[in-house]
Amino acid sequence: MSTAMLIPLATGSRGLTIGLFLAVVAITLYITFWASRHSKTAADYYAGGRSFSGFQNGLAVSGDYMSAASFLGISGAIALYGYDGFLYSIGFLVAWLVALLLIAELLRNSGRYTMADQLAYRMRQIPVRSAAATSTIVVSIFYLLAQMVGAGALVGLLLGVTSPALKNIVIVLVGVLMIIYVTFGGMKGTTWVQIVKAVMLMVGTVLITFLVLVQFGFNFNELLGVAAEKSGKGEAFLQPGQLYGKDLVGKFDFLSLGLALVLGTAGLPHILIRFYTTPTALAARKSVLWAIGLIGSFYLMTLVLGFGAAALVPTGDGSQIKTSAGNAASPLLAQAVGGGEGTLGGSILLAVISAVAFATILAVVAGLTLTSASSVAHDLYANVIKKGQASEKSELVVVRIAAFGIGAVAILLAIPAQRLNIAFLVALAFAVAASANLPALLYNLFWKRFNTMGAVFSIYGGLIMSVLLVTFSPVVSGTPTSLFPGADFDWFPLRNPGLISIPFGFLCGFVGTLISKETHSAERYDELSVRSLTGAGAEKAVVH
Amino acid sequence: MADRSSPVYESGEADRLPVHDHEVYNAIARESDFVELRRRYLNFAFPATIAFMAWYILYIVCNNWARNFMDIQVYGHINIAMVWGLLQFVSTFTIAYFYARHARRSLDPLATKLRDEFDQETNR
Repeated sequence: MSTAMLIPLATGSRGLTIGLFLAVVAITLYITFWASRHSKTAADYYAGGRSFSGFQNGLAVSGDYMSAASFLGISGAIALYGYDGFLYSIGFLVAWLVALLLIAELLRNSGRYTMADQLAYRMRQIPVRSAAATSTIVVSIFYLLAQMVGAGALVGLLLGVTSPALKNIVIVLVGVLMIIYVTFGGMKGTTWVQIVKAVMLMVGTVLITFLVLVQFGFNFNELLGVAAEKSGKGEAFLQPGQLYGKDLVGKFDFLSLGLALVLGTAGLPHILIRFYTTPTALAARKSVLWAIGLIGSFYLMTLVLGFGAAALVPTGDGSQIKTSAGNAASPLLAQAVGGGEGTLGGSILLAVISAVAFATILAVVAGLTLTSASSVAHDLYANVIKKGQASEKSELVVVRIAAFGIGAVAILLAIPAQRLNIAFLVALAFAVAASANLPALLYNLFWKRFNTMGAVFSIYGGLIMSVLLVTFSPVVSGTPTSLFPGADFDWFPLRNPGLISIPFGFLCGFVGTLISKETHSAERYDELSVRSLTGAGAEKAVVH
Repeated sequence: MADRSSPVYESGEADRLPVHDHEVYNAIARESDFVELRRRYLNFAFPATIAFMAWYILYIVCNNWARNFMDIQVYGHINIAMVWGLLQFVSTFTIAYFYARHARRSLDPLATKLRDEFDQETNR
């Protein structure tokens, strides 16, 4: 996604769109206040009482994961770049096997509220929790900024607003809503918001996919043919190379991106803490299976949406899809298959899809804010500052203050961040998650010798390396599209750091472990192993 | 042994447990049922991870460096690149299905037995 969205969509359905947006806000606020009455303990606030079924959490995981970048960005990239636009979604889906096979159940059994809980299980609390909280907050803030910048641009696009002042107001409103969801609703409220969003997203996507396929007699081959012809690029539109790998650097860049996407998901803190909301490891497994089914079907449908937009809506220079960097593809396609601009059907579908996009943004930002606030309160406040002596009551006060603070910081950062490329922010979040968090989690679960120094080294090593490489990449300087186009310190050629920073994170964890003399963590490994594989002594669901 | 009330809250979360719990955990870790559970889990999870990562990286590499092959049309406008992309979905669904089946048949019964044992020994 990019922020360069200048031409607003048709304004005929603006009243309807605003009405549906308000309905989304009303429903989510109702859920939040319902949840606030049913949240009493820390386990309620942080983990939704661990009472969500596998299916419910599977929907919520999907709702947490499928951001506006997925919904509008991928279909838009397919509409503009054909086959290459599809590649993002493959990495995003395959990544779930890492979560299913290696992380979800073991984490559910051995952790409590945050990612740091799992890492600190057999380590010295203060250094490991500080490191894990730092990377949790960094990853979540990058991801949050991407969503909020996207929100400003998208809502502007969907409501037909172009003024920068109004976009800022939209960002502030989204920020205020997410603070309300998280402060009052906690994990329970956030989870239900994500469930509602996931249902809306799936229903909306199935509907538009069906209407597109009807136009092509359910013949995917014919859809591809028309899309290739209308794109003006012919068969090349259906082949690799429209977006990635145009030269050798580009090819390595694509490899780097592919690695970050597939290894990043299982290190994203806002995804990891969702596994704590189920009563057992079995339910955590079922939720990943549901998520794989839902996310996989969704990405298959975006293939139809993307090629459908290329076939049915103009995508050439000066078109609305082109100037919105693809983000307008799904809404415009909805309008087209509903009967076209100015028709009742077209207006209704455009408004519905816009409301789905809005709900998508709200659900994702709420999950990210909750994750950061939980880490501040549970890791930094309760375990680092208070050294485990904080009362549950004070922790629950701090987590709300933290949610407010993080929401405020996100609003303040998002307004100037509007000139950043959103795809870059998301890719950076995935790269840090894959380089800093995943090595520490995997070593902790499967390597007996792993210790405090190893955990601290891998987290800070992966985090610092990813951020450094991006700072000295063409993303930040040296090209006309860079953050600082005038400056020139881009000695690292790749836009995505994963190819270097992920192996570096693993190497740091390995070296740090070997140079430490700590034996305590290895003595506790059998215990962690029994607990994570059997669930013996694992946290139980809250019974009200 | 430090616990929640101890002023020295330094070492792991695990240290907050009663001493008896540690003994039970360590006893279970030595049981043949647990060794078997761990073996069955790792023997599925690690090879499957290596397989799907290799399959995915090969696909990315061919997108970069085997374009003539990827461009071959299989049926109408559908080329090898598209088929292979869709096969990534099929392989993901398939591995997820077989892992769930393996876990249900071979892992869950052992895990449940050991967990019950732990609950009995620690009176939970």
